[in-house]
Amino acid sequence: MTDQGDRWTAEQVLDLAPDDASRKAGGRLGGAGPWLQIGGSASGSVWGLCKGSGSNPYRTVVDLTGPAYKCSCPSRKFPCKHALGLLLLWSAEGVGEPGEAPEWAAQWLADRAAKAARPVAGRGAPVDEEAARKRAERRAARIGAGVTELEQRLADLLRGGLAGQEQAGYAGWEETAARMVDAQAPGLAARVRELGTIPSCGPGWPARMLEEAALLHLLDRGWLGVAGLPEELAATVRSRVGLPASGEGEAVRDRWLVLAQYDTVSPDGRLTTRRIWLRGLAGGRPALVLDFGPPGRPPGLAMPVGLVLEAEMRFRPGSAGLRADLGERFAAAVPCAEVPAGVSTEAALEAYGTALREDPWLESWPVVLGPVVPIPGELGWQLADAEGDSALPVPLTGGGSRSRGGLWQLAALSGGAPVTVFGECGHRGFTPLTAWHPDSAEPVALG
Amino acid sequence: MNKADEGYGEWEELVAAALLGTDRRRGGGPAGSAEALLDAAAVHAVRRRAGLRPAGAGTRPEPAPRDPRPAPPKAAGHRLAQLLAGRSGAVNGGGRRGTAPDLTELLPQWLAAAARYGYRSPSALVPALLDAARARTDLRPQALALAGTRGLWLARMNPDWRFALRGGAGGAGELPDVTDRAGVERLWQEGLFAERVALLGAVRAHEAAAAPRLLMTTWATERAEDRLMFLDSLRAGLSDGDEPFLEAALGDRSRNVRATAAELLSALPSSALAGRMAERALACVGPEGVTPPAECDGGMLRDGVVKRPPAGRGERAWWLGQLVEAAPLSCWRERFGGLGPAEIVALPVASGDGWTEELHAAWCRAAVRQRDAPWSRALLGPASAPPAAGPGTASLAERAKLLETLPDAERAQWVAEFIAAHGLSEAFQLLGVCVVPWAGALGRAVVDALDTARDAGSYPWSFSGVMGLAERCLDPAEAGRLEALTTAAEDLPDAVPGAAAYWAEAFQRLVATLRLRAAMLAELTPA
Repeated sequence: MTDQGDRWTAEQVLDLAPDDASRKAGGRLGGAGPWLQIGGSASGSVWGLCKGSGSNPYRTVVDLTGPAYKCSCPSRKFPCKHALGLLLLWSAEGVGEPGEAPEWAAQWLADRAAKAARPVAGRGAPVDEEAARKRAERRAARIGAGVTELEQRLADLLRGGLAGQEQAGYAGWEETAARMVDAQAPGLAARVRELGTIPSCGPGWPARMLEEAALLHLLDRGWLGVAGLPEELAATVRSRVGLPASGEGEAVRDRWLVLAQYDTVSPDGRLTTRRIWLRGLAGGRPALVLDFGPPGRPPGLAMPVGLVLEAEMRFRPGSAGLRADLGERFAAAVPCAEVPAGVSTEAALEAYGTALREDPWLESWPVVLGPVVPIPGELGWQLADAEGDSALPVPLTGGGSRSRGGLWQLAALSGGAPVTVFGECGHRGFTPLTAWHPDSAEPVALG
Repeated sequence: MNKADEGYGEWEELVAAALLGTDRRRGGGPAGSAEALLDAAAVHAVRRRAGLRPAGAGTRPEPAPRDPRPAPPKAAGHRLAQLLAGRSGAVNGGGRRGTAPDLTELLPQWLAAAARYGYRSPSALVPALLDAARARTDLRPQALALAGTRGLWLARMNPDWRFALRGGAGGAGELPDVTDRAGVERLWQEGLFAERVALLGAVRAHEAAAAPRLLMTTWATERAEDRLMFLDSLRAGLSDGDEPFLEAALGDRSRNVRATAAELLSALPSSALAGRMAERALACVGPEGVTPPAECDGGMLRDGVVKRPPAGRGERAWWLGQLVEAAPLSCWRERFGGLGPAEIVALPVASGDGWTEELHAAWCRAAVRQRDAPWSRALLGPASAPPAAGPGTASLAERAKLLETLPDAERAQWVAEFIAAHGLSEAFQLLGVCVVPWAGALGRAVVDALDTARDAGSYPWSFSGVMGLAERCLDPAEAGRLEALTTAAEDLPDAVPGAAAYWAEAFQRLVATLRLRAAMLAELTPA
C-alpha cells in the first residue's frame, strides 16, 4: 500500500469527532458497506460517496493536511459522521492506489491549495495606528484602576486575617471578579474567582489561599511596574492579566508531534477550552495550542494524539514561550514511529522550576516522563521512577486533575512495569495525559 | 535542601500571620504590613514552586502476571475500543433506528470470536472491559476471560471491580488451587458467599464428587437461601454420584431446597427418586387411560411434589403433572407395549379428554429436564404443522425449550421449516435458541419471510425484533444476496404509508451490520 503515506489509527480519527454521538455514528459508517467511489490522492486527501437514506449519496472529501472536511450532507457537526466514517474506513483498509480526484472533490481541494499558497502576511486593511494607540491607552488605564483596587482588596484581606474567610463566603470575591471584568482584565477576574473557592477546599486552605493571594499580588505589582520589566516578562504579565498578545512572536518550523489533546468546560458551561500539546521533534520545543468552542459546540481545531505535522508554529510572546498558533502546514500529518524519550521525576520538576523564571504564574510544564511505574493508592496515586525511590504525586482533585478512568487505563497499560508518560508537571504534581506501552510506539490517550 | 527547610519554617510563620491578620499583630510579626506580608509570601511561593523536589515513592504494585496469550491484531483492538466506547450509549428504544448498525449488540460476538482465537485484551482496554463486565452480567464471563490476569491484577486494586475476583473466570483469581486441601477448606469456612460459590464451582469442575463432600461439611449450619444456591450449583455436571447427597436433601427443612433436590434427582433417570416417581406415574397413565392420583401422600410430599395447586387448577391434575414430569421418560416404552415416543405421543388418550393436555405438557417438561432429544422431537411434531395442532404444546416458549435439546443442525432445520410454513410473527423465541451464525437454510428462510412480509405490505415495525436478531445472527456471507432488497420501492397502495422506505432502511441496516460483522471477524483473524 502506497496510498496517502502512513494511515492514522482509528483512535486518531475518532479524536477528531466533535462529540460522542458523532463518534458512534462515524464508527458505524467506517465499513465498506455504504461507500462508493472511494479514493485518495498522493498529496493527502481522501474522498467517497456515502449512501444515506435519500436517493443522492453524500459527497465527502477530507484534506488530511488540515485536516479539513467537506461534505454535502446537511449536518452542522464538524467533521460530520460521513467524514469520520470515511477516515475510519481509510484508517482500517486504505482507499487503494492514489488517483485523480473526481470533479466534485477536485474543485474544493484546488481551492484549498490556492488559499494555502496565498501569503499570510499583509492581511486586512492598514490600521489607524493613532486610534489603536488611544484605545490601548484607555484600556491600560482601566486595567490600572482595576489593579489598584484589587491591591486594596488583597491588603484588606491580609489586614483582617484569612481566618474569617471560611464564613465570609464566595459572594465578596465574585463581586471583585466582576469588577475586574469591568476593568477589562479577564485574567485577573479568573484568578480572583479561583481565590474565592479556596476556603471551601478542605484542609490546608489558609496556606493555599496565602499563596494564591501572594501570586495575584505579584501580578498586580508586575502590571504596575510593567514599563520597567524586561520585554519577555512584560509580555507574560500582560497576557496573564488578560490582554491579547501584541505583535507576532517567533515562527518555528519543525515536525510537531501531537502529545495530547483534551477539553475542559468552564464552570458555567459556556465555553469549551481545547488544549493541544505539541513538541518539535527536531528542536525539542514544547508548544501549547488553544482553541475555544461556544456553548454546545466543540472547538473547531483537532489534532489527533500521536500524529506528526510538519508545520510552522507561531509562538506568542511571553508565558514562558508555550502558547503558539498553528501556521502554515507543509504535509499531511503522519503517525509517529517512536516513543518520545522521557526524563526522571527530578528532571521534570527542574524543567518546571526553570520555566517559572520566565513565568512565575505558570501552573505546570509539559513533560515526557519515563520510565516510570504508576502506583495506585487509596489516598493518592504516584508515578515513581523505575530506578531509585523518587516519585511525583498525581493530583486527584482541584485544578489540573483528570478523571480516575484515565489513571486506571495507565495502571492497566503498565501492569506494574515501567512506562513512558506525557503530562503536565507542576506544583500540584504530575497529571498524566498520554502513555506509551513499553512494546508499542502507539500512544494511548488517557481518557 | 537545608535552605528550603529553613524557608519552610518561615512560611509557616507567614501563614500564621495571614490567618490572624496584620492589624492584630502590629509591631511584631514576620513581615509587618499587609503589603510586606504579601511580598514575602510571593517570594516564598515562587521559591517553593521552583525548588520542588520529588516525593519518596510508595510501595510499587506487584507486577501483573504475564499473560502468555497473544494480543489481537491492531485493527481488531481498535474495533474493540470502538465497541466498548459505544457500550454506554443510550438505546433509543422503539424509535426509528436508521440505517446504521447497533454496535452495542456486536460486543458479545466480538468477545466470543476473540475467545476462539485465544487472544488477551489489549492492556489499555482492560478497565473498559471490567466496566462493561460490571454493567452487563451477560457479558461478564467472556469479558473477564479476555481481560485475563491483567484484569484480576487490576481488580484487586479497585473496589469497583471486586466482582471480578469472585467470578472464578480466568481461574487465576483469589481462589486456592483445588488440590490445596487446606486452602480450599479455609476459604470454604471463611470466604464470602460469592467466593464460596466460585470455589464450589471450581472444585466441582475438578472432581464432581468432591463438591457434595465439601457441601456436607457445613450443610447443617448454612442459611436456607444459601443452601438453595449451593444445591443449584450441582446442576452443572450432575451425575449419579450426587444422588446420596440429593436424597438426603429431600428431608431438608426448607421447601424450596426439597423441591430443587427432587428436581435434580428426577433429572437422573436411574435415581431412586426417579424410580419412585416412575412407579407413581405408571400407576396413573397407561394405554387404557389416565387416572390421576387421588391424594398427595407423605411419600409424594417428601419426593418434592407440591400439594397445593396454583389458583385455577384442579389438585389432582396438578399432582399428575408433577409425577409425570419427574418420571424418567424411558419408563413409558414398556408401559405402552414397546412403542416409541412419537407413537406414544400420537395415541389418543382414552378415558375422556381433559387429560391429554396435562399429560403432554408434563412430558414436555420432562423432555426438557432430562434433555431427551427423541421425546422432544416427538412432542414438537412436524414443523410445518399448525402450531395449535402440534402434539406437545402450542406455547412457543416451551417449544423453544424443547428445541434446545435437539442437535444444532436439526434445530435450525426445524425452525427454517416452521418459518417457511408460518411466517415470522411467531418465530422470535424459536430463533433465539438457534446457533449463531444461522445455518444457510435458516438464514434464507428468515430473509425470504421478511421479503414476503414487505411485499404483503405488513407493518414493518412488527418485525423489528426479528430484524434485530437477523442483524446479529445471519451469516455475514449473506450480505451480498441481501443487497437487492435494500432499494426503496414505491409504497404499495394498501401498505402503511412510509413502509417501503422503512423496509429499505431496515434492509440497509441489516446489510451494513453483516458487512461490519464480516469486517470484524476478518480483523480478528491472526495475521
